[in-house]
Amino acid sequence: MYRIRMFAVRHARKFERIYTWVERVMVLLDPVFARIGYNRVERPIALVEKGVKTLLFDCKMCGQCVLSSTGMSCPMNCPKQLRNGPCGGVRDGGFCEVKPEMKCVWVLAWDGASRMKDGAEKIREVMPPVEHSLQGSSSWLRVSREKAEAIRESREASRKTLAKAFPEARANEPAAAPLSVEPSKATQAEAEK
Amino acid sequence: MTNTNSQNTDLLAYTKPPEGHVSHSRLERVLRSGRFAVTAELNPPDSADAEDVYQAAQPLGEVADAINATDASGANCHMSSIGICALLTRSGYSPVYQISCRDRNRIAIQGDVLGAAALGVTNVLCLTGDGVGVGDQPGAKPVFDFDSLSLLRTIRTMRDKGVFLSGRKITRPPQLFLGAAENPCIQPLEWRPDRLIKKIDAGAEFIQTNFIYDIPLFEAFMARVRDAGADKRVFIIAGVGPLASAKAARWMRSNVPGIHIPDYIIARMAATENPSETGKQICIELMQQLRKIKGVAGVHIMAYRREQLVSSIVLDSGILAERRKGKAR
Repeated sequence: MYRIRMFAVRHARKFERIYTWVERVMVLLDPVFARIGYNRVERPIALVEKGVKTLLFDCKMCGQCVLSSTGMSCPMNCPKQLRNGPCGGVRDGGFCEVKPEMKCVWVLAWDGASRMKDGAEKIREVMPPVEHSLQGSSSWLRVSREKAEAIRESREASRKTLAKAFPEARANEPAAAPLSVEPSKATQAEAEK
Repeated sequence: MTNTNSQNTDLLAYTKPPEGHVSHSRLERVLRSGRFAVTAELNPPDSADAEDVYQAAQPLGEVADAINATDASGANCHMSSIGICALLTRSGYSPVYQISCRDRNRIAIQGDVLGAAALGVTNVLCLTGDGVGVGDQPGAKPVFDFDSLSLLRTIRTMRDKGVFLSGRKITRPPQLFLGAAENPCIQPLEWRPDRLIKKIDAGAEFIQTNFIYDIPLFEAFMARVRDAGADKRVFIIAGVGPLASAKAARWMRSNVPGIHIPDYIIARMAATENPSETGKQICIELMQQLRKIKGVAGVHIMAYRREQLVSSIVLDSGILAERRKGKAR
């Protein structure tokens, strides 16, 4: 799968776009997932995620995917599992210190990131160490759930501010500044942004 | 408590660092006052005798502002860096405690950082570490729970926010001057300055580089560092070392990870009748050239098994001449 991995880095920009798209869909599906229960969808989605990402990126299912910040080159393939590489041992030609037959994962990462739109900036952020308790879980699901939650929260905050700014109108006509949670449509509108 | 003991506790008393400083480190004071710093690497003994550490430290202490205690460099087992640091602080030396992420996880490292600070360590160098495969026990389990950057950010959080990574409070945070390594002459050359900046963002206050034998390559690196304004945000200490022979240089180049020695240096070593003297001479010339590069704040001398040369290298190079006259840079 080494070749496909290299292909993914060369086409990091395209994969970035696909990823943004997949993420949007996942966020849109949040009400569905919530209905079925995130616990129940975890296993099937993790299975799909594992299949797709193992093929494309040699994914190790760390459960903390940072591909869009690492130029679409999976850092778990680094023998030192660096999250902020490359180390100082890179060989001539950009080969790995530990596995000389392999291109350095992080040389590829910086290369891939330079082709990306947001990835070029994202790779400059310092990444935290891997949380080993998340091994094997779906990071797609985790990310989309967090995004959906954030969208809900921001929507609620703006609604509350509006209601507070027009207290009398709300007292007379609650529908003018509703506080209750709107289910699917509002989620869609926000997600499309 | 006896007199000697109370004197020791005074030495290690927990007090606030000087204004504008993060630690009580001598190295930090030298660098912040604009003087050209000298640090040197101590070769750790394969022995349990403290006297071996003091013997190795003695020729370095004459000229170095801080002595680096390596943490099983090259994945070879030696006396631990924290053990060496404990011995050095006891006799008044100022060590740089090197921490590699290869052998210990986050629980061990955070605990050791507190222990080291309590022992009087004021400088820490955060390293990723060489892979276990190049060392004397290649079957060991590589840990790499942190990498050098997440380690830097962790110790900075411990120091500045007074908490462990878990959020649990540290009643007396460690006061440490934080350092990182850099390897400017190694691939990917294009991204090395970017990663340096990332290290500064993670918390590095000084940088000790790996061996610099290729001045043009290093100058190109420094030009990019200066363009990004990074030389104003961090003290860059350039690494040097005397080569023993052309054979040793070739061996290092192909067997030690991350070492770049240009062919013309090796050719010069091969052509000489007295390789030891030429190795020393090359080192002195490199130091003099590095001294002139804008943004270089000091030199770090790594003289593997040749500590006794360090003092004369520094004195012959004249890089401390101004300091001897009592003049700052």
